[in-house]
Amino acid sequence: MSVSVPASVTAPPRAPAEARSSVPVVQVTGVSKHYDGREVVHELSLHVQPGQCFGLLGPNGAGKSTTLRMIYGVTKPSGGSVRVFGLDVAQDGRRVRERLGVTLQDNVMIDVLTPIENLRVFGGYHLLREPVLSQRIAALVDYLELGSHANVPVVALSGGFKRRLAIAMSLINEPELLILDEPTTGLDPAVRLSLWTKVRELKAKGKTVLLTTHYMDEAERLCDYVVIMAQGRAVCQGTPKDLILTHVGRDAFEVDCSAEEQTQLLQGLTLGSLRSGPRLLVYGNDLAALVPRLHAIAPERAYIARPANLEDVFLAQTGTHLEAGA
Amino acid sequence: MSKLISWPHALAVTRRNAAMYRRTWVLSILPNFFEPVFYLWSIGLGVGAYVAKMRGVPYVEFLVPGLICVSAMNGSSFEATYNVYVRMHYEKMYAVMLTTPVEPEDILVGELLWALIRACMYGGIFLIVTVLFGLTTPLQALRVLPVIPLAGLLFAALGLAFTLRVGSIDLFSYYFTMFLTPLFLFSDVFFPIEERLHGVWLYVAELLPLLHPVRLSRAAFHGGGVSLGTVAWDITYTLGIALGLLSWCRKLIRDRLVA
Repeated sequence: MSVSVPASVTAPPRAPAEARSSVPVVQVTGVSKHYDGREVVHELSLHVQPGQCFGLLGPNGAGKSTTLRMIYGVTKPSGGSVRVFGLDVAQDGRRVRERLGVTLQDNVMIDVLTPIENLRVFGGYHLLREPVLSQRIAALVDYLELGSHANVPVVALSGGFKRRLAIAMSLINEPELLILDEPTTGLDPAVRLSLWTKVRELKAKGKTVLLTTHYMDEAERLCDYVVIMAQGRAVCQGTPKDLILTHVGRDAFEVDCSAEEQTQLLQGLTLGSLRSGPRLLVYGNDLAALVPRLHAIAPERAYIARPANLEDVFLAQTGTHLEAGA
Repeated sequence: MSKLISWPHALAVTRRNAAMYRRTWVLSILPNFFEPVFYLWSIGLGVGAYVAKMRGVPYVEFLVPGLICVSAMNGSSFEATYNVYVRMHYEKMYAVMLTTPVEPEDILVGELLWALIRACMYGGIFLIVTVLFGLTTPLQALRVLPVIPLAGLLFAALGLAFTLRVGSIDLFSYYFTMFLTPLFLFSDVFFPIEERLHGVWLYVAELLPLLHPVRLSRAAFHGGGVSLGTVAWDITYTLGIALGLLSWCRKLIRDRLVA
């Protein structure tokens, strides 16, 4: 059983320069969570700044959803503290949830009712009354483009449509903080693209967005700041660009080769590298020397030279693939 | 953790169920209407033809006060067991409510109110049917009215406690077959238990939850012959068990939903 570390020991992550003066929307400090002796989250600290799109990135089972639940107060941390809007979630859960919206991983709605009726029921949980309720619903139907099927029972709608409705529901109280748990899992590429646009628009409107994802491309495109989690721990955190530059370097080079070929290829070079089966991955800011060397060793060998990404950071930090558990 | 119940949030939970019910009531109310009709026909008129009189009244009339309570019991039992379980585990409806200012205690109260409404609908429809059959006078109907929510409350509390305590839907058939069915058969509904039971068994019978609303219902129907002490005991028992279980449910629902 680990003991939670006092706040002063775990240094809080440094906020981006432009937001450093303001109070974080979410302050998670040294938070751990055990279920029946199993540690799901281990001494996690993170700060979400106002207006940020903040990503919790990690494979399934990394503790992302548990972390989210502790942030909106339906899972009690075993140790550490969670403050949202400066309020202690353990004390003021109701007041915190009045000001945030959550889209769960599953689309939870009443199948026999229409999108408009579902929004109406959901508005009830926030005690919204007429005429405000109808005005908000009309605006959300318009904003999330639900108009075409606004009066069709939800059971008949597509996955992408339901996802938009789920997001509309979590926006009904005009939240300052929007929490999205795996917003695009299981959706086709076109729907993902349009949802990303919506998330960017919401951010531009001044909302703070906190999302979890196991897609590194999603995190890279959307997030200003990410925490990479594995097995309940924060592996590293920073802006996607900083993480890539700090942990792997600007570029990546991939080739299948033997151990001897690897030694030849990298001889005298100070580059990060790792192996995944026959695949060699080399990282660094200047990989120009590799292509001529590979040609000398194996002229016909296929290779990939590409910019490094968050998947590489995850791989370099944990030695496993991000979506391995997925 | 704010554990005070917020009535507006609880009512929002009740309204959610009502909004869904408005879509499906036509289908679900029909069996609700026919069930008492079948009972009265089959047992009242069928079996009743072989029974001269029971406690001085025709058998079909003897059945009415008890069956009203059974209707209320069934109404709130289904709601508090299967439907609550499905909303909690399959539909994940509570998980989504808990992302809003709704707290577990509000969900408990909201579901309790809805189970009560369903009990009143079941019991009320039965009552109306018996009035239409000429088995209940309007005055008797009026007097028995408060017993319906009382029976509903008792079985909503029992059902909720069972659902929140028991983690598996497979055990629900036990609740119905091993608990509600014997209650239905042995709680003074079909025969006067004080004429069949003697000595210590009469005291054991007092443990049967359904007996108390049934006795209150009989008192409301026939008035005379029931002591005020018995009425007070039946009301105390029903409210006491219901409120005791509900305060336990408050703890159970928080433990189950907020881990």
